[in-house]
Order: sequence, then C-alpha cells, then structure tokens
Amino acid sequence: MDNTVFTLLPLMILVGFSLLVLVADMMLAREQRPALGIVALIGVIVSLISCSWLWNAPQTAWSDMIVSDHFALFSYIIFLVSTGLTLLLSMRYLSEEDIQFGEYYALLLLAATGAMLMASGLDLMTIFIGLEILSISVYILAGFARRNERSLESALKYFLLGAFATGFFLYGIAMVYGATGTTNIKVISQVVSEGTIRSQSFLWIGIALLVAGFGFKVALFPFHVWTPDVYEGAPTSVTAFMSTAVKAAGFAAFGRVFLSALQPMHADWTGILWILAVFTMFFGNITAIAQRSVKRMLAYSSIAHAGYMLIAIIAGDANLSSGSLLFYLLGYAFTNVAAFGIVIYLSRKGETEFDGKDYAGLAIRHPWLAFVMAVCMVSLAGIPPTAGFMGKFYIFSAAIKAKFYWLAVLGVINSVISVYYYLRVIFVMYFEKPAADYVHGTLSLGMKIVLILSVIGIFQLGTVPGSVMALLQNSMMVFQ
Amino acid sequence: MVPVSYYLVVSAILFIIGMIGVLTRRNAIIIFMSVELMLNAVNLSFVAFSNLWGNLTGQVFVFMVMTVAAAEVGVGLALIIAIFRMKETTDINRMNLMKG
Repeated sequence: MDNTVFTLLPLMILVGFSLLVLVADMMLAREQRPALGIVALIGVIVSLISCSWLWNAPQTAWSDMIVSDHFALFSYIIFLVSTGLTLLLSMRYLSEEDIQFGEYYALLLLAATGAMLMASGLDLMTIFIGLEILSISVYILAGFARRNERSLESALKYFLLGAFATGFFLYGIAMVYGATGTTNIKVISQVVSEGTIRSQSFLWIGIALLVAGFGFKVALFPFHVWTPDVYEGAPTSVTAFMSTAVKAAGFAAFGRVFLSALQPMHADWTGILWILAVFTMFFGNITAIAQRSVKRMLAYSSIAHAGYMLIAIIAGDANLSSGSLLFYLLGYAFTNVAAFGIVIYLSRKGETEFDGKDYAGLAIRHPWLAFVMAVCMVSLAGIPPTAGFMGKFYIFSAAIKAKFYWLAVLGVINSVISVYYYLRVIFVMYFEKPAADYVHGTLSLGMKIVLILSVIGIFQLGTVPGSVMALLQNSMMVFQ
Repeated sequence: MVPVSYYLVVSAILFIIGMIGVLTRRNAIIIFMSVELMLNAVNLSFVAFSNLWGNLTGQVFVFMVMTVAAAEVGVGLALIIAIFRMKETTDINRMNLMKG
C-alpha cells in the first residue's frame, strides 16, 4: 500500500469497532449485551487481517511518528491475540458478575489501540500518548465492578501509582529531550552516537527516570508494589488482559526506546537493568512460593516473568533481543490468559478468595480442565515441549551470545525455583481429594475456544518455534 | 534575561515537592493534586528546554501532557467519587482489603 495513512489501519479498525460497540450498546437490551463481545471480536479479527496486509511493506509515516516495521506488527499480533482471548473469556464472566456493560468491550479495544500505538511509536510523544490511552482505559477496567469494594480499591491504587509513574516517565522524556533536542527515536539514536548531546548528566537522569516509568508499567522490582493488589482486586478477565497485553505493550515500548534510541549508550544502562532483572526474578519467585491464593501466585509469577523478559533487553542486540522478547511475550500471552480463564471458571460468583480447595482433585472432576491448567503451569515453569521453554531458551541464549553469562545462570536458577510453586498446583489438582461440597458449572463456548487455542498455541510455539522465529528474525528491519 | 537553568531548577523543585506530597499525604485527592503538580513541573522543563534548543517540540509536548492530564482527572475523580460513595472516606490508609 503506497498511502502512508494506512500504516495505522489496524488501530483505526479497532477505534471504529469500539465506537460501534458503544453505539450498539444503546440499542440492545441488557440480556443481548454479550453480543457486543462478538462485535468486538470481529473488530480484533479484522484488525489482525489488516496487519498481514502491512507485513510486506514496512514504512514510517505521519511525520516519522509511526513506524510499521515487523517489531511493531508482531507486537500488534500479540496484543490482538491477548485481547481476542480476553474477550472470549469475558462474555459469560461479565454476566455472572453482574457487570455486563457495553463499555467494557469498547474500553478493551481502546486499551489494545493504546498498546499498539506504544509498539509502533517512533517518537517519544506517540509512545507517551499510547501509554496513556492504554493506562486510562485499564484504570477504568480495573474498577469496572463498581459495586465490589476490592475492584474499586485496586483501581484507585493502580490509578494513583500509575499517575505517579507517569510523572517520572514524562520527566525522563523531558530530560532526554533536554539532552538531545529531539523526541524522535531515530534522531535521538543518531545524536547520542555522534555525541552531540548538550549534557551527559541530563541523559543519565533521563534514562534513570525512563527506567522507573517503564518499570512501573511492566512491574519490575522495586516498582512492583501495586501488582499483587491490583491483579487480585480487578475482575479476573481484566487481570488476564493486564498480565499479558499491558505487560507486552510496556516491554514493546521499553524495547523500542532502549534498543533503538538509547542503543548507543548500551554499556551505560546495562548495569542498572542487570541489577533490576536479578532482583525482580528472585523477588517474584520467592514471594510466589508463599502465596495461598492462585490468583495472587500468578501475580507474583508475572513479576518474575518481567525479570526474564528484561534479560532480553539487557542483551542489547537489536535483532536478537527483540526476536526473543516478542517470542516470549506471545507464548506468555497464550499461557497466562488460559490460566486466568481457569481461575475464572473455578471462582464462584462474587467470591474473591481463591485457595487450594477449589483446585483439589480437579483431575477427577474435570480431567480436561486439569490438563489445560497443567500445560499452563508447565509452560510458565519453562519445561519442554512448551512455549515457555522455547521462550526462555531464546532469551537465555541471547544473553549468552551477548556475554551475560551470570545473568543467564541466575535466570536458570530462578526457573528451577519457580518449578516448585507451579508444580504444587499440578500436585493439588492430581493427587488431592476434591472437596465434597463443590458444585461445578459448565464451560461457556468462549472459554472452551480459549482453552483449545491456548493449548494449541503453547505446543505449537514449543515444538515448532522455527516458523515464528523466522518471522521475527528481521523484526528490527526498519527499527535501526 | 533569566537564564534557562533557573527554570530547570524551579521545575525540579516543584517536581520534588509534588513527589513528597504523593509519598506523605494520605488523602487520595491531595495525592492526586500532588501528581498534577509533578506533571506541571515537567511541563515547565519542556518549555525551558524548548527555549534552549530553539525548536517547538517541547511546547507541543506540553499540549499533549495537558490534554492527557485532563483525561486523567476525569477518570481519577470518578474513581475517587465511586470509592467515597462506598466507604465514605478518601483516606488511602483505609484501602486495605488486600495486603501487598
């Protein structure tokens, strides 16, 4: 396509469909509202198709503010996959929780649009606006169950800390602008490598503040404090979205800024990120062991996974890092949405505490459900032949190729620690007796599709990763 | 003419005041006001740098920040009202159903 306006086509489609959902919402009766989820889903699928149109012609557009390289387009695919799966999970869940409103679907699509803007932003301004579209939508979604005190509390915590982190992120941008005189990623990279910056200290302060801003979004230690509470309090379908799409968006923008704009300063920022990655992994994994609730355990595990993903960025080689990062994020999206889907199914209406007894003997009551949960846990733990294993393999080998041997070793040690609490879930499902009073419901069609697609995705990425990796090989084509 | 560095110092001081406000106050609305102070401190930096470099990127950025801040106020105050209706307080020490 020669018209550069269409580089934003996947985003335009999502915005259009979110408006359509809002209009249709007014015409539908309450019990017909789940149909809006289908409308939103069609929007996601159309947007996914439009990504394939753009695939062969990467280009920059909109005064160099937007780029549609393979890195951006593959990130789109990750966001759309996780948004689509979340939509499928949500339709029944919203009715059960009595929060079936059309705005939910519209906000989910807008959040995905913000995420896509972050991944394709070639200017710190675009990345900032994308970040805010994403964040503001997710603040509302986290508090969507507005009659539920936990949901509101989690939304307020997320909002206040998120706005606080936005302040740091912006100050970081201001400092980078002050040092380089531009906010364009390519020009920053050029100016930094030529050394024509006004003040080295501005740039260092800017980098530190940007790390804090991104660290908050992707839940790195010590900026993770909001994560467990928000993940626990938010409606579970929103948690599934937050732990996959929001994290992926954070890392896509993180990668864009650090692997492209600040790549010439690689030697200066690896030290601080190295320390953050190690602390994040150990903190997430060790705290996850102590959790009784599965939803909270998954929250801490998502902190640990942010640590693994950070290793990819530290490796610092644009192609190697971005390829392994995106592969990991895709596998993580399939795995986590399915795991949260099962958490949704096993939680009883209005109940927010999840303890082991809902999972005890799941293998007897629901052999297939237990199997899917086991696959997810195995994938999160990074055991072959699953997506989680291949993702970790690529990330650690990128670290080794970049000569970060200790980081790879510490990553492997952490994977071993994490096996303990993931396998405990499998143990409870397969070897404990089910609680006698448990009444089980039926799986909705959407949930079945999510679980089937996720298992296929996990095994596909785990056994034949080559096809996806081949797509990612040149993900930074326009990027540099 | 006042040198640009003065503006940067004022902006840094305002940012730190806002930061201290967020960390020490316990009323959600005051915390929110402090966050707004931080954002406006950043705006001052942007304008100062824009003057220093002689290009308009920084000034355009300020418009974006103000727009986003307005959207954030809309969502934030709505959340605070919703929580006030339920708990009759905006003290964040009382938001302790879940323990981090």
